[in-house]
Amino acid sequence: MTDHYIEDKTNKVEVNVEGMDGKVNFDDLKSGGFIKQKQKDLFTVRLRCPGGRLTTDKLVEISKIAKKYSKEGVIHLSYRQSLEILYVDYNDFSAIVADLEAIGQKVASCGPRVRVPTACGGCEYNPNGLSDTQGLAKMVDDKFFGTPTPHKFKTCFSGCPIDCSRTKEMDLGFQGVVDPKWVEPLCTGCTICEQACKEGAIVADPETGQPIFDREKCIFCGDCIRACPTEAWVPLRHGQTVRVGGKHGRHPMEAIEVCTFLPEERIAAVIEKSIEWYNTHGNRYERIGSALQRVGVKSYMDFMGDLLDDSIKSTGELTD
Amino acid sequence: MSDIKADEELDLRGVVCPINFVKTKLKLESMAEGTVLELVLDSGEPIQNVPKSLKDEGHKIVEVKREGDYFRLKVER
Repeated sequence: MTDHYIEDKTNKVEVNVEGMDGKVNFDDLKSGGFIKQKQKDLFTVRLRCPGGRLTTDKLVEISKIAKKYSKEGVIHLSYRQSLEILYVDYNDFSAIVADLEAIGQKVASCGPRVRVPTACGGCEYNPNGLSDTQGLAKMVDDKFFGTPTPHKFKTCFSGCPIDCSRTKEMDLGFQGVVDPKWVEPLCTGCTICEQACKEGAIVADPETGQPIFDREKCIFCGDCIRACPTEAWVPLRHGQTVRVGGKHGRHPMEAIEVCTFLPEERIAAVIEKSIEWYNTHGNRYERIGSALQRVGVKSYMDFMGDLLDDSIKSTGELTD
Repeated sequence: MSDIKADEELDLRGVVCPINFVKTKLKLESMAEGTVLELVLDSGEPIQNVPKSLKDEGHKIVEVKREGDYFRLKVER
């Protein structure tokens, strides 16, 4: 029989599991994360590492397990921040899963389902970070990992508009943003904000040095807020820019921005509802981006409704 | 903007990031609490980055003056 859960194009990778009875728990394979290698009987075991973060203790334990089961003694860092133990014999599946389970490490997924979220360092230690990407990746992984979808469904979290996690290439990506607000009485006209703004959204008045702000050019990175020596630039609100329908691969597509300042507490609801739309409208082996092109973005936006409404648009006035 | 007296000066023109910040930090650490360091920073990356980092570390920038292609900053230890 053929396992349709091993690797993405499973119909092309025929894995004969006959004769494996008693050696392999078929449920282990079904959970995904076992990828057929060119070499006979050997598989790559992909681990579940949301946001690419591991404790040093766990890394040491994983290393021991990899040493025990990898025929070549190697690990590969996947493009989605997970550790992959290479050259594992399928006869060892049950044993390696049990060993990993014992240290609290789960195997990741393949195939048509929600994948492990990726994330940058975020605001915990990156000076540019505007949101807790690691915490969000973990939350989303706990809630949505493995949810079946028509094709693979990749999510990511970037802490700021530098977008290291590449929300523009994700099925659904979230990027931290901050809306800056200038407080005139605190401004000394030093012009550092003009220098700090890499987007040309702030031009210093030649007379007073005070900023002339062009919100259309602002990408909401918060450089002005961080650079201002007198706290004359303050955060009006924080949020998440939401992008949907991106992908890389053979035919890359750029995601479309569907919300600029999503309140963080709505992230889970947005993911849940997006999956619901995708499961309703997406054809088998069709990414959400292609489904959006075929069905129309309007269908998605209508379905999402108020969830993506961030219309407490900055009026230039402080709300509190 | 009234002139604030600087106790020490550090000319960082031509010094790249993040070396300029590290030099500033070392200098500040050698100074007494409440004293003022005058910095000269190039425009571009140095002026984009150094003030942010100084704020992150809890220092106060008390005066900024632009002089052509560079900036003169006064930082309170």
